[in-house]
Amino acid sequence: MKPGRFTYHAPRTVADALAVLGEHAGDAKVLAGGQSLMPLLNFRVSEPGHLVDINRLPDLSEPVRTATGWHVPALVRQRAVERSAALSGAFPLLEAALHEVAHPQIRNRGTLCGSLAHADAAAELPTVVTALDGRLRIASPRGERTVAAEDFFVFHLTTALADDELLLGVDLDDLPAGTTTSFHEFAGRRGDFALAAVAGQATRDATGVVTRCRLVAAGVGSTPLRLRAAEEGLLGARLDDSALAAAARAAAHEARPTGDVHASAGYRRDLVATLTRRVLADIAAAVPTSVPTEELTHA
Amino acid sequence: MTSTETRPSTMIGRSVLRREDRRLLTGAATYLDDLELPGCYEAAFVRSPHAAARIVSIDTSAAAAMPGVIGVWTGADLPEIAKGIPPKVVHPQLRDVPRMPLPADFVKFVGEPVAVVVATSRYVAEDALDLVEVEYDVLPAVSSTGAALADGAPLIHEGADDNVAVHVVQTAGDPAAAMAAAPHRLRERFSVTRGGGHSMETRGVAARFDPTTEQLVVWDTTQSPHYVRNTLAHLYDMPEDGIRVVAPPDVGGGFGPKAQFYGEEAVIPWVARLLRNPVKWIEDRRENFVATMMERTQVHDVEIGFDDDGHILAIRNVFEHDQGAYCAGLQVPMITLSTLPGQYRIPNIHTELIACYTNMVPTSSVRGAGRPQAVVAMERMVDRAAEHLGMDPVEFRRRNLVQADEFPYRVGLTFRDGSPLTYDSGNFPLLMDETLAAFDYSGERERQTAARAEGRLVGIGVAAYVEGCGLGPYEGSRYRLLNDGTILVTLAAAPQGQGYETVYAQIAADALGMDMDLIRVTTGDTGRIPFGQGTFASRNTATAGPATLQAGDEMRGKILQVAEAMLKTSAASLEIHGDRVSVADDPSRSVTLREIAGAANVGKHGITLAPGILPGLETTVYFAPERAAYASGTHAVAVEIDPETGAIDVLRYVIGHDCGNVMNPMLVDGQVLGGFAHGIGNAMYEEPFYDETGQPQSTSYLDYSLPSSMEVPPVELVHIHTPSPLNPLGAKGAGEGGTIPVPAAIANAVEDALRPFGARITSLPITPPKIVDALSTDDLDGTGPWHG
Ligand SMILES: Cc1cc2nc3c(=O)[nH]c(=O)nc-3n(C[C@H](O)[C@H](O)[C@H](O)COP(=O)(O)OP(=O)(O)OC[C@H]3O[C@@H](n4cnc5c(N)ncnc54)[C@H](O)[C@@H]3O)c2cc1C
Repeated sequence: MKPGRFTYHAPRTVADALAVLGEHAGDAKVLAGGQSLMPLLNFRVSEPGHLVDINRLPDLSEPVRTATGWHVPALVRQRAVERSAALSGAFPLLEAALHEVAHPQIRNRGTLCGSLAHADAAAELPTVVTALDGRLRIASPRGERTVAAEDFFVFHLTTALADDELLLGVDLDDLPAGTTTSFHEFAGRRGDFALAAVAGQATRDATGVVTRCRLVAAGVGSTPLRLRAAEEGLLGARLDDSALAAAARAAAHEARPTGDVHASAGYRRDLVATLTRRVLADIAAAVPTSVPTEELTHA
Repeated sequence: MTSTETRPSTMIGRSVLRREDRRLLTGAATYLDDLELPGCYEAAFVRSPHAAARIVSIDTSAAAAMPGVIGVWTGADLPEIAKGIPPKVVHPQLRDVPRMPLPADFVKFVGEPVAVVVATSRYVAEDALDLVEVEYDVLPAVSSTGAALADGAPLIHEGADDNVAVHVVQTAGDPAAAMAAAPHRLRERFSVTRGGGHSMETRGVAARFDPTTEQLVVWDTTQSPHYVRNTLAHLYDMPEDGIRVVAPPDVGGGFGPKAQFYGEEAVIPWVARLLRNPVKWIEDRRENFVATMMERTQVHDVEIGFDDDGHILAIRNVFEHDQGAYCAGLQVPMITLSTLPGQYRIPNIHTELIACYTNMVPTSSVRGAGRPQAVVAMERMVDRAAEHLGMDPVEFRRRNLVQADEFPYRVGLTFRDGSPLTYDSGNFPLLMDETLAAFDYSGERERQTAARAEGRLVGIGVAAYVEGCGLGPYEGSRYRLLNDGTILVTLAAAPQGQGYETVYAQIAADALGMDMDLIRVTTGDTGRIPFGQGTFASRNTATAGPATLQAGDEMRGKILQVAEAMLKTSAASLEIHGDRVSVADDPSRSVTLREIAGAANVGKHGITLAPGILPGLETTVYFAPERAAYASGTHAVAVEIDPETGAIDVLRYVIGHDCGNVMNPMLVDGQVLGGFAHGIGNAMYEEPFYDETGQPQSTSYLDYSLPSSMEVPPVELVHIHTPSPLNPLGAKGAGEGGTIPVPAAIANAVEDALRPFGARITSLPITPPKIVDALSTDDLDGTGPWHG
């Protein structure tokens, strides 16, 4: 379990990083927290000739407030996200999901963006960022572009990133008033990748009717899976038992699980139903946090 | 001479902090990879990617030509060591098949080593592995006992009629007649999977050959250095004194698989000798998953016969044991055979083993060693029988327990040490009472009833076991008074974290009547004590312990005898205080231990010893127990099941444990709790998966669910102590009891929780998907999970 031979680069500027990536496109890998990449190197599943360590790039380690929400740059560690009162206040989904990601030691090194770039189909963070409708900022020698989370994840371990592109960070917009979120996961052990997980957010009007809704599942498709039929069924509905049951049924139908030694496809499908219902039950029971108090008293 | 006087125990029985802890906790421990061997080369093994294949050719030329590569050897290149590694435990009917250090013709499991690369570093060695070209002719493989025993199964070893390794039947009474006449009979088939040892430190071997003295020194993370030395002497055709095997004092865990001998252990010292240069090999985790022995699956067909009052009349158990590609030893299934009846008085027993070869890594003992499976067969059927009669399962057990006045109790079977299966001592009813009192059994039943009324799935499970431990043949202890006046105690056994340096110093302190501070314990070095067996089968406190007691007693006698001569007094009035021996009623007359060593051990060049001075103060005692001692335990657990996800929440867990007299209660608690973590793994998490072609499917901790601290629930411990009459310490084994009944207890509790649905659990580990499956295969009332 020793990696093959590689040349190590530690650029000090994004431009230099992009230059090395451009020069060795296809034979270079970006190294962020190393928590997914190093095992792949040690297993020799991946044997790049060049490693581009981005840990010395400036100005990528702190979340930044933007006009519409937050920008989380490439070197913000998962643990920092979880511990940031501002980020977990704005996006409780992030904190809830991070509690299920690996263990504190790993989150101390692993980055939010590294998890997105790695794109494991059973990973929590790609699912949550999709549920939050995040936008990924990407740089290459050709310039910068922005890709919506939903378009970013292409397949298990495959993203829209080209060989010479660097993920600079992710933009998350503040949630509209009246929105509640919830995350439920089932995994074999604490800190394991999800056998299935569901991240959800719903916005309700003053009468409790759902006006906006997003449900995304992990572990039951080749990418984070939007549960569109379940979402559509909830629009215009109140979160009562029958709406929850219908959404759970719809979610199970649209899940695309595969079986493996740990759990059958059928079991994971059942889980999606259960987790969807639990996510929605949480939302139904919660007082929507971002509803201004005046609105609540009028409701 | 007064050495036989009984002195009060002052150190034995105390929770002395471990001497080992400082270096372990400060990161100063020396593991095998920390040894500094200047100029040492590193090795890596080419391993078979196929579960069954003929080796057509191996081309090592490209690898050998790579810069940094010192040499590459295949089995054909090393004919001198092409000898079968003898199995550890055999049986007259065993059809043994030679297990070669590096097979030259056939590979029989994925991970089997076929060539070794030695290079200037492990990085280079791994680069070179890719350049070794092996052409295989792939053969059909077998990866379960069912497939191995099926009609027309591919033969794993040429020249045999089938894949059976050994078929053993043991009986007591007349089981066939008793079963036929029993008013009630129940049958079930259980499959029980056990995982690997998963020690934190993997296997590893380093070796250095000194051509001048022709001494080969081998450092090995083994549990049994003397066994390794003896096996090497046999394979290399060398005198055993030419080989010194040292297990470093800080081996990071053993748990059974490191008590076996592997091909790599034969290859590395041999190439170090060929090269006249140190060579080391540290197994990496990926190799550990495919090439280190594990226990895997047994399949039990069990039938119980009982009467209306809940008396067990007969038990019949026929089980298949997966031996793996070769037989490294029959200890595990032989233990399963005899562990079946457990704490119960059963007049008629039929216990039958069919061990077969499969195309998977050979199996060996893993903490618990064949006992957890037998306990599942027995304790699950006891619960089924109680359910059948509508009787409380604890009441059913109480009606069948061997009683406290029945010891020594003859079971009627033979234990794996060859002796008639006899329980030396125990108090099973008291153990049950104390455990269930701590558990608040009736209170838990009431809470269960209340929970059920709310629609919650709460269940209670109890499981009892006996553990044959403290096995022979013998273990030794050697004392020497050092010139500085301290005592060195040398044990053959190699610890892997049990705290020998502490516990044996406690025993020695009491035996010598001396302060622990003056006593140092050293372990696991064949150069320091000629004979030994090793650390396995929860045996050392009951074997090396009495040896240490007796050798210490003899040493005290010698010290006093020399002091008597030096002080010109009678030993009857001598006392040892600190580093001084003095006359009891005149403390001004004294000699120090250093002076005694000077007189007796150092002596004066060419000068005759004064009368009464013994030359060379050293004692060695080997203690050979008459037979195995029996530890016992009873576990009680309450669980709650989430019917939607199948998650098992362990609400309470109480362990009742009896390992006889305890040397250091804190260390025993540590052993029981560590064993419990292994048991939780076996009950709910760990499973080494292989597909039908024999490809391992769980070769990293991503896919192999070793429980972490988050998965191991809190436990309450209850101890009772029935001393063993088989050794003067009254000690029994404590290393495995925490593990043994956990799968049975959890399975009983889960099935109890599911009882409102009549769902059955017959395969372990019990994972959430299996529970959901069990709930949905029966036609349930619609509260179960949704199926699309
Ligand atoms: C024991 C263990 C348990 C784990 N459990 C979980 C879990 O339960 N759930 C979960 O989601 N994850 C889990 N992980 C993975 C962990 O979350 C990783 O930290 C994360 O997947 C990758 O982040 P990283 O910063 O470590 O990235 P790295 O390992 O450095 O990189 C991962 C991949 O992303 C690429 N990459 C990283 N950053 C960029 C960038 N800015 N631009 C372009 N490419 C980039 C790399 O080239 C590489 O291909 C676990 C890891 C371990 C070791």
